[in-house]
Amino acid sequence: MLKRLIVLLALATAPLLGAAPLWAVQPDEVLPDPVLEARARELAKVLRCPVCQGENIDESNASISRDLRLMVRERLVAGDSDSDVLDYITNRYGEYVLFEPEAAGANLILWYTGPAALVLALGGAFLFIRSRRKAEATAAPALSDAENTRLAELLDE
Amino acid sequence: MIAELGHFALILAFGVALIQAIVPMIGAWQGWRGWMAVGEPAATAQFLLIAASFGALTYAFVTSDFSLQLVFANSHTDKPMLYKVAGVWGNHEGSMLLWVLILSGFGAAAAWFGGALPPSLRARVLAVQASIGAAFLGFILFTSNPFVRLVQPPFNGKDLNPLLQDPGLAFHPPFLYLGYVGLSMAFSFAVAALIEGRVDAAWARWVRPWTLAAWIFLTIGIGLGSWWAYYELGWGGFWFWDPVENASFMPWLLAAALLHSAIVVEKREALKSWTILLAILAFGFSLIGTFIVRSGVITSVHSFASDPERGVYILVLLAVFVGGALTLYAARAGAMQAKGVFGMVSRESALVVNNILLAVAALVVFVGTIWPLVAEMAWGRKLSVGAPFFEKAFTPFMLLLVIVLPIGALMPWKRAGLARAVQPLIPAMVLALSVAALTWAIGTNRSAIALVGAGLGSWLIFGALTELWVRSGRKAARITRLPRADWGKALAHGGLGVTFIGIALLTAWDSEDIRVAKIGEPFTVAGYEITLDGVEEVQGPNYTSTVGTMSVRENGKLTAVMHPEKRVYPVQAMPTTEAAIDQRFTGDVYLVIGDPQLGGGFAVRTYIKPFADWIWTGLALMALGGMLSLSDRRYRVAAGARKRAPLAATPAE
Repeated sequence: MLKRLIVLLALATAPLLGAAPLWAVQPDEVLPDPVLEARARELAKVLRCPVCQGENIDESNASISRDLRLMVRERLVAGDSDSDVLDYITNRYGEYVLFEPEAAGANLILWYTGPAALVLALGGAFLFIRSRRKAEATAAPALSDAENTRLAELLDE
Repeated sequence: MIAELGHFALILAFGVALIQAIVPMIGAWQGWRGWMAVGEPAATAQFLLIAASFGALTYAFVTSDFSLQLVFANSHTDKPMLYKVAGVWGNHEGSMLLWVLILSGFGAAAAWFGGALPPSLRARVLAVQASIGAAFLGFILFTSNPFVRLVQPPFNGKDLNPLLQDPGLAFHPPFLYLGYVGLSMAFSFAVAALIEGRVDAAWARWVRPWTLAAWIFLTIGIGLGSWWAYYELGWGGFWFWDPVENASFMPWLLAAALLHSAIVVEKREALKSWTILLAILAFGFSLIGTFIVRSGVITSVHSFASDPERGVYILVLLAVFVGGALTLYAARAGAMQAKGVFGMVSRESALVVNNILLAVAALVVFVGTIWPLVAEMAWGRKLSVGAPFFEKAFTPFMLLLVIVLPIGALMPWKRAGLARAVQPLIPAMVLALSVAALTWAIGTNRSAIALVGAGLGSWLIFGALTELWVRSGRKAARITRLPRADWGKALAHGGLGVTFIGIALLTAWDSEDIRVAKIGEPFTVAGYEITLDGVEEVQGPNYTSTVGTMSVRENGKLTAVMHPEKRVYPVQAMPTTEAAIDQRFTGDVYLVIGDPQLGGGFAVRTYIKPFADWIWTGLALMALGGMLSLSDRRYRVAAGARKRAPLAATPAE
């Protein structure tokens, strides 16, 4: 069970805490069931600490993050699925706490900008290259024999 | 007194920059040689004046002159000399001064080494460069003056943020700025070319080395920052998708795209207007980065001096420069007629695909970074976009890029056959698949990330080796005699593969252990037996430290003795962790010591970080590859050739 487990001695909140920093995840929070605990850690990584600057609750030292971590574990122990837990937290703290915005509504713009841009750009590049090749193909043999003779005359002058 | 001289030099530099921005531009427009020639001495004078000003500020920091508000807020007499100097740019005002110093340095370099450029182009490049300089000098003088005095100088300063007191971070900002600002040269060349109305191979030959240099600096700067995060923050994270990190990543992606499209302009005289657009955008994203870091509009853990007034000023600069350049582009890009024609399957097309993937990846990062702002302004929604989004939305483009890279790199110019281009790569493909299979077999968990990352990373490495082999005509003796550009290309592409492997295996396989360790009681993490042998208190120059001694045993054999530290900097009352890292080829053992516990013992964190150092090794290889390419003969030969025959450039029409 070697999942990536993130813990951070938080950068942003450290100055507020004075000389005794807290560890992000406390040993007493850890669930006895390693499968549930691993799910809890994964969920904690996609939830944003509501009072910090861009930290997830797994890294954060703020007390609200600890509350949220405990809340996640409580819901998991109660038998919630991962998405149930996220819904539960989002209902209470707003979508601000989701680090991965829901792919629905206006957020679809966010999610589909990349793929749409790729398709458009590849299509555009394809048409561009083809049209340039056509231009070359039609431009090259444009001179007839008569024109070539005329060109030679002009160049001689 | 020295500080006032520095302030005065800065004001003079502002005046010189204004002259340099206007006079050569008019000269080039009217064809007046004398006016055009003003650019060169002005660029030198501007650089020397800003250097004097920067020197004055550095002097104030070195001598701990606390009558300067900036020194008081960011320095302390007990601070080691390295960090007194690094403190000059460890804050908003000083870092802006470094920014304009580098900007004028690039301008001066263009003046000194640009003797072979057509005079009108050189005059315009210097004028555009100076207009950026003037704008930022004005920004410093009017909103962020570093030379403000305090009426009553205090006895001592507030010290630099202890997290920044680290050699990796001392040199991270200068490299990053060299990269950001280096892109201003590409921008100035692009705008000058638009005004001039001509882009040709010679132009691209000028733009490429500047872009390459900027990209090398950005690579080093980003690498140093990420390495610093890895060992200093105490948990071994190396990339956070934080807005400020994204701000440096977007110019890096676009600079990489520009680097490649400029090759097409240089060799084949195609993709001219696209290259110009990229040059404008790459510097535009540098400015956006500056805006993000310094305005505080987007919250970030890196919050620098966030100040709305400064934000508005930079936003106006951004609008003027990027908006102006894009307007000019819209008006003049039609004049950039391409010459080279190429087939659907060709090196040119492969580089177009490279550009599309890099540009779209940068777009994804950009949209993700500003989306919280957009959502709040448009719908009043407060939402967050973080690492999970970027990992999902950004990674696919990088995977595609890596898949096509070795094939495109081997393709001939103009017209190619797909089968013939792929054929020499079959051994590389087989090797990469075997690496993927091996990764799957030895992995302690069945991770798809490890499989794909290691497979694609080794595909890049073997692909780069194949290319060296093919270029040398399949003769081992000739490989060493290949031009440096070929070696540079292979190193940079192989380096990307090394980084790819590092990121994938670290992400897939790392493990962590958090516990209370009692002195003398061993514990085991992922096959390593670790013992906390002792803990002592040590007094540093401006901090006190709790130092642990920990031994690591593998199969009963002692393999490392490590000393993790926890420091407290009393002036800022801030603790920092100094992790002990035992670096190995296949991964790091990473130890962090925490506070003593009530029941005895110390909180200890152990991380096993497989292949972590491959990430930065790969970045170093990429930078090295860039340097090799930059030192290639053809730039030196080409420069010499143009000196003999200047003005050889022909209009593109």
